Amino acid sequence: MRNKLLLILCLLLVLGGAPTWAQEIDPLDTTAAVDSVALSSPAPVSMVQAKDKGNDHGHAVVISWELSADDSYGDKSVIQYEVFLWKPFLYDTIQTLRDRVGTAKAHLIAHDDDSRDWKKEFRRAQKEFDEIMKGLTEAHAAYPEGGEFVNVGKVPCGENSFKHIGSKGNESGTYLPDYTDFYYRVDAVTANSEIRSQSEIIGPVQCYGQWFNTGRNPVLAAVLIFGFLTLFFVKRARKGSKLYVRPIGGIEAVDDAIGRATEMGRPILYVMGLGTAADVATIASFTILGRVAKQVAEYQTQLIVPTYDPIVMSVGQEVVKSSYMDAGRADAYDKDIVFFVTQSQFAYVAAVNGIMLRDRPATCIYMGKFFAESLLLAETGSMAGSIQISGTDEVAQIPFFIVACDYTLIGEELYAASAYLGREPVLLGSLKAQDYAKAILLIFAVLGLVAANLDFNVFTELFHVTN
Amino acid sequence: MKKAPIIIMALVTALFVLSWIFKAISFQGTEEHFILSGFKYTLAAFLTLAIFSFLYRDNPFYKFAEHLFVGVSAAFWMTMGFWSTIVGNLIPRVSEDLSHFFEVPYEPASRNLFYFIPVFLGILLLMRLSSKYGWLSRWPLAFIVGTTAGFNFVRYLRSDFINQISATFIPLLVDWHGIGHFFSNLSLSSVGQLVTILSNLVLFLGVFCGLIYFFFSKEHKGAFGAASRVGIWILMITFGASFGYTVMGRISLLVGRLTFLFKDWLELIS
Repeated sequence: MRNKLLLILCLLLVLGGAPTWAQEIDPLDTTAAVDSVALSSPAPVSMVQAKDKGNDHGHAVVISWELSADDSYGDKSVIQYEVFLWKPFLYDTIQTLRDRVGTAKAHLIAHDDDSRDWKKEFRRAQKEFDEIMKGLTEAHAAYPEGGEFVNVGKVPCGENSFKHIGSKGNESGTYLPDYTDFYYRVDAVTANSEIRSQSEIIGPVQCYGQWFNTGRNPVLAAVLIFGFLTLFFVKRARKGSKLYVRPIGGIEAVDDAIGRATEMGRPILYVMGLGTAADVATIASFTILGRVAKQVAEYQTQLIVPTYDPIVMSVGQEVVKSSYMDAGRADAYDKDIVFFVTQSQFAYVAAVNGIMLRDRPATCIYMGKFFAESLLLAETGSMAGSIQISGTDEVAQIPFFIVACDYTLIGEELYAASAYLGREPVLLGSLKAQDYAKAILLIFAVLGLVAANLDFNVFTELFHVTN
Repeated sequence: MKKAPIIIMALVTALFVLSWIFKAISFQGTEEHFILSGFKYTLAAFLTLAIFSFLYRDNPFYKFAEHLFVGVSAAFWMTMGFWSTIVGNLIPRVSEDLSHFFEVPYEPASRNLFYFIPVFLGILLLMRLSSKYGWLSRWPLAFIVGTTAGFNFVRYLRSDFINQISATFIPLLVDWHGIGHFFSNLSLSSVGQLVTILSNLVLFLGVFCGLIYFFFSKEHKGAFGAASRVGIWILMITFGASFGYTVMGRISLLVGRLTFLFKDWLELIS
């Protein structure tokens, strides 16, 4: 009987213990699953580095790494890399305040009836925001307490770097403060985003702006060389050295064209194009206009200068006025010689074309920046029977002037013409400097060609401008 | 007054009115303001034809279209300048009261005293209307020309000088594995070795000779003159290609206007 009771007790224990065993199997299974994940996780990236981007105004960090061994390869193929930045929880408060400031600002812009209340709210929220932003650097320095890693970007497989470019202004959600400790991590991620492997954490790294952009060293060298050449030749021209400038066909023709207009008793039309007063071609055009106006004043011929830009009109009036004064004909100057038409491209063309057909100018001079209107103007001038001289640095418009005008100054000839006509030391000096710069350019082009053919990349890299 | 111009004017006016009526009838049922739509289409067609009439010679219809175009555009750009620059950009950043007056959104966060600098320069520019203080207008002009010239100096040196130099650093014998290999793989494909070598050669010679043409300090004689002539030939071939390309673009503009006339106005093509 006693044995029977023991047997029943054992059976009960076995039956009662069965669920317990079953429960114990679960953790075993979970562990097996975890092992399975661990087994299928891709190889993590290695050699993670983070540094300031450099040659910028700050607010940017470059993170680089060596690719995972499973990068776009095999069953555990890594399809992308995700970059994480450790951010303190303070950012949640910052975002709340940022939203408050934004809401108040939107209400102020919308001119709500209760705008006074919103103005108070705006100031209050802005003050709190400014205060809390002061503690941001300290919050970052408290790593790893009180924060978490957040995703800041991703790159596809095969790429081994990521530029984390933040915003400069703290009103933006992507604000990245300078001189603050950042910690990054890079995850190698498979097609199943749950299956990933993390890199070691890299940091602290700080971003900051640079005063000097070393990527533009070649430009600095060019500025110094060109500046030196200009100063040197301007000084020589001022000392009275004869600086030779070869004759330019189109400019030689200007004097004849003015004479022709005088003989025919018909006006000269001078068009400065659509450029602004700051365009190099327009500045060159002012010099040529000065020369033309001086001769026009001497010969007492009529000059018509319709302009597209009000500033160009103002400068043009000054130029013509001083030319009339230089010619000793200040009394003959009329400020309506240079007048404003309109700032609409084709309306301007329509007006100038109308002038050409009604006033029948003997000479049309187009000097400056021209666009689609070049052929419309030159063709009408040709129909009107005028001698036409043109000059522009707009490469796309030069062909139209060549086919429709008697003389055309191609590109840099326009700048040279202003120096050739003006004979001023500053202009002659800069023209000479340009010529020597071109000579240097030719020498470098030949040397570069040889270097490129010999794979001597050190030389070619000297001219590489970045950013 | 001569009879012929009067007859032509009357004829054009009659055609205009007829077109207006027919277009309005065609829009009836499809558009709410069909009379206005008919007028707009007829006016657009009339102005297009008036501008085209310049191909014949200067005439009153062209003059009308020209003066209308110039007057409307001048007024339009002046109004745009005032409302977009002064009212749209300046006032919301400097004055809350003026923002309310012009009913534009006030932007307190963008308020900055630096905006008064362009205001001051703009006022100086207007001084040229005064005979006594007209000289003050030269200051803003000098500022505009000087700052932009300085800014462009560095920009052009980079794009037109440094980048141009580095663009000529090209290998002449691309993928060269010997003469035998070159001849056995001879091809006129645009990406083939022969064409690439030739284009690189033309590129370098074009830059070299083109630059010599623009050299003003020496007379173009002898070898220098020969290189200069090659340079101008290369320039002219380039201009020819550019001319043809641009003319194709202009023809598409003409097609656009003809499409308007024959499709939208006359409805002769579907």
